[in-house]
Amino acid sequence: MTFQKLTIQEMRQKLISGQLTSVELTQGCLDRIKATDGQLNAFITVCEEEALAAAAEADQQLAAGNAALLTGIPVAVKDIFNTLDVRTTCASKILDNYVSPYDATTITKLRDQGAIIVGKLNMDEFAMGSSGENSAAGAVRNPWDTERVPGGSSSGSAAAVAAGQVVATLGTDTGGSVRQPASHCGVVGLKPTYGRVSRYGVVAFASSLDQVGPVAGNVEDCALMLGAVAGYDPADSTSVDCPVPDYLENLKAGVSGKKIGLPKEYFIDGLDPDIKKGIDAAIETYRQLGAEIVEVSLPHTDYSVACYYLIAMAEASSNLARYDGVRFGARQDSGDGLNGMYQQTRSAGFGDEVKRRIMLGTYALSSGYYDAYYLKAQKVRTLIRQDFQHVFEQVDMLLTPVAPTPAFKIGEMVNDPLQMYLSDIFTIPTNLAGTCAMSLPCGFSEDGLPVGLQLIGKPFAEAEMLQAAYAFEQATDWHKRAPEL
Amino acid sequence: MNSRYEVVIGLEVHVQLTTKTKIFCGCSKEFGQFPNSQTCPVCLGLPGALPVLSRQVVDDAIRAGLATNCQISPHSIFARKNYFYPDLPKGYQISQFELPICEHGWLDIETQESGKKRLGITRIHMEEDAGKLLHNDGGNSSVDLNRACTPLLEVVSEPDMRSSDEAIAYLKQLHQIVVYLGICDGNLDEGSFRCDANVSIRPWGQEELGTRAELKNLNSFRFIKQAIEYEVERQIDVIDAGEKVVQETRLFDPDAGVSRSMRGKEEAHDYRYFPDPDLLPLQVSDQWVEEVRQQLPEMPTAKRQRYQGEFGLPEYDAGVISAERPLTEYFEALVKIYDQPKICANWVMGDILGALKDKNLSIAQCPITPELLGGILQRIGDNTISGKIAKTVFEDVWKSGKTADQVIEEKGLKQVTDSGAIESIVDEIIAANPDQVAEYRGGKDKLMGFFVGQVMKASKGKANPGMANQLLKKKLAE
Repeated sequence: MTFQKLTIQEMRQKLISGQLTSVELTQGCLDRIKATDGQLNAFITVCEEEALAAAAEADQQLAAGNAALLTGIPVAVKDIFNTLDVRTTCASKILDNYVSPYDATTITKLRDQGAIIVGKLNMDEFAMGSSGENSAAGAVRNPWDTERVPGGSSSGSAAAVAAGQVVATLGTDTGGSVRQPASHCGVVGLKPTYGRVSRYGVVAFASSLDQVGPVAGNVEDCALMLGAVAGYDPADSTSVDCPVPDYLENLKAGVSGKKIGLPKEYFIDGLDPDIKKGIDAAIETYRQLGAEIVEVSLPHTDYSVACYYLIAMAEASSNLARYDGVRFGARQDSGDGLNGMYQQTRSAGFGDEVKRRIMLGTYALSSGYYDAYYLKAQKVRTLIRQDFQHVFEQVDMLLTPVAPTPAFKIGEMVNDPLQMYLSDIFTIPTNLAGTCAMSLPCGFSEDGLPVGLQLIGKPFAEAEMLQAAYAFEQATDWHKRAPEL
Repeated sequence: MNSRYEVVIGLEVHVQLTTKTKIFCGCSKEFGQFPNSQTCPVCLGLPGALPVLSRQVVDDAIRAGLATNCQISPHSIFARKNYFYPDLPKGYQISQFELPICEHGWLDIETQESGKKRLGITRIHMEEDAGKLLHNDGGNSSVDLNRACTPLLEVVSEPDMRSSDEAIAYLKQLHQIVVYLGICDGNLDEGSFRCDANVSIRPWGQEELGTRAELKNLNSFRFIKQAIEYEVERQIDVIDAGEKVVQETRLFDPDAGVSRSMRGKEEAHDYRYFPDPDLLPLQVSDQWVEEVRQQLPEMPTAKRQRYQGEFGLPEYDAGVISAERPLTEYFEALVKIYDQPKICANWVMGDILGALKDKNLSIAQCPITPELLGGILQRIGDNTISGKIAKTVFEDVWKSGKTADQVIEEKGLKQVTDSGAIESIVDEIIAANPDQVAEYRGGKDKLMGFFVGQVMKASKGKANPGMANQLLKKKLAE
């Protein structure tokens, strides 16, 4: 049985009414993964036994009338979330077979809501990449065209939803890692405001930028998933103690009378014509839905990629120091002493992109360079944050492209890391500013590849942003298309 | 003091706090537990774990800052100090670098050589400790992370000290303060109070500082003094030999009384400090500081002054008693029971401290509580027992834990003040010693001591010595 056309809410109704059991649903999901993952490589670990056991338990809860938000619903998470008893690899050789002794806060929240975790999703190693190619578990493929990348780094999180393997997933977004793959795979992905969702138990890439975000097939499911994981966590000092609204409650509020800004720096000459076409049509749709469209300016946009990569790599160089082979992970030691063990372990354990970023980050923090690089980048970050504060005094939200091009071919940019970094140009500024943003489907390229549109909301205004996304989704049918696999 | 070179010393002291939990997680930090039994994902540095700052540690840092006359920063930052070592699980230590919590403090010290002097404290910051490496017989090493993430305060002085005596005076005072505050157990052996000394010399009159050596592994005040003095002599020898002092870290070997260079540390480490993005900047409000200030105990200097003023104790007595907080508590409790501070001070400094020293006990372990000692003093005061008998009573109370009244009652030690009873003893003594009586009457006044002694002996010490004296004088004059 396949259930890939069902939404979370539909599954929930069938489970509660007894039309469907969680075991059937979970088995269907596992079957779908088995049938399609050979082509996609979206999963690193599928936990069939654990999932079916949890599903059987969920069925008992359902039978007893104890249905929480996600009771019995199979989901999957990026392999960056620590999960008790199931390995957490971060798609890195250095964490091959690493099993965490604890669950991330977001995993606990999913479990508390009754979700069935069917597996751990493939990704760019340590979330470093925009294509899903930097994985020790092999590249992830785009369900719309398996010769193309699904985007990254939450590559499996987007591909699995697009292919109907699971109804929803969690990813992480440091510079666009939820939104860009969601865009390339034609699904909905959301990066919450920094501090909205706990980072505890999520393997850190760049601590001041990382944020957990849901991926789903439609806006309502995405809102539901966000509600399930959002909220203050005393174990994460950077999580913010402000109440979580019911994101589903006013989802249908519409956008009439809302002011949507188009930052002129995002509508540059040379934007891919397929992207331009999709975005222009989306702008027109919003106009028809009653929104007021105005041009605004985010003057420091040009500096955001440079600023982002300095900060992200500096933080990463420090965050990844703990992978030293001493306490866990794959140690390499040919007996050349302590430094030899460190060098061999880290040389063998990290992939090229991770090494590149550790080296660049280490350099940026080094004495004599710190002021010129890291400190300067922090100052620019403040300017970028101020840019957003200023435009949000003028408009309710922003509308931009997600990525400069649709999904590119596997291998196309592997030897051009700089070009790869530039593919995050439209998503990076919101991570620097800490505000919320999401990606939703707004068309297809001539080649039949999904094109995404990005909405950027005010800090902690996820509800308002989701309302605008929902209005657009109701007015279009892009989200209803599914790839043939 | 050297005639050619001026000695310059700055000290860095690591104060391990006595908080129940570690600085960034809820693990216990009890000393001496099974390796790695007091750990969690946070202090193990596991992937995804995040630090949460303990409020108690901030309170303690503010306490230390206020007690050392520091300014408490309303805004301070935690930073990562990056380096690889197996006892450092995250590959960085969370510390404070720019913007520490306390700055610009000072302590007043006094030494015989230089008299009273004010020494600057540059800063006090909070940080986490590293774990410990255990070196096994087979040449392997194991890591124990029980100590990882335990809270430390690092107290950095200005290079204001000019002799090992000044350095020791500063350290002893700082030690006294943190122990008084109850934020550190002060145990140098277990590393609860660790000192690194930066030592350099320069020709008299030269403004510029000489190249310094950093001395480590100094776990007693005596070793610190030895190590500094050794280092000063070493640097003089180096310069006199026409060579240059190199900046280096040196490890003191207390057995050999010398220090050795730690090779490989000579190149300055690049720790790549940057603000820890996992911890928000720490905001300390004026109200917070005031709350902590209200709870500060009376500090040693203030106590010493009060003992001299309010209690009229001599400076020496006030200094001895105010040295340790438990001793002041004992003394103050005693004075509440027996309102003769000087007598109380004599007994505390003499009998109590003497007996404790003999038995190698601390004041907290003293079997005679202030209440029990107060009971003895009251019985002396009301002439129930003589000062001499009191010493016997003291010993009995020490051993048995009984009250003075119980001991006096049971052993019949009550002083004889019945003049008839004493008079009959005096008569017996006079009758039994005709030779001495004759000599006394012949002008040998010194013999009075002999007669009193005989009376006391005959009464088994219980006769009131004053009355015995009076009666003897009267009878011998007859």
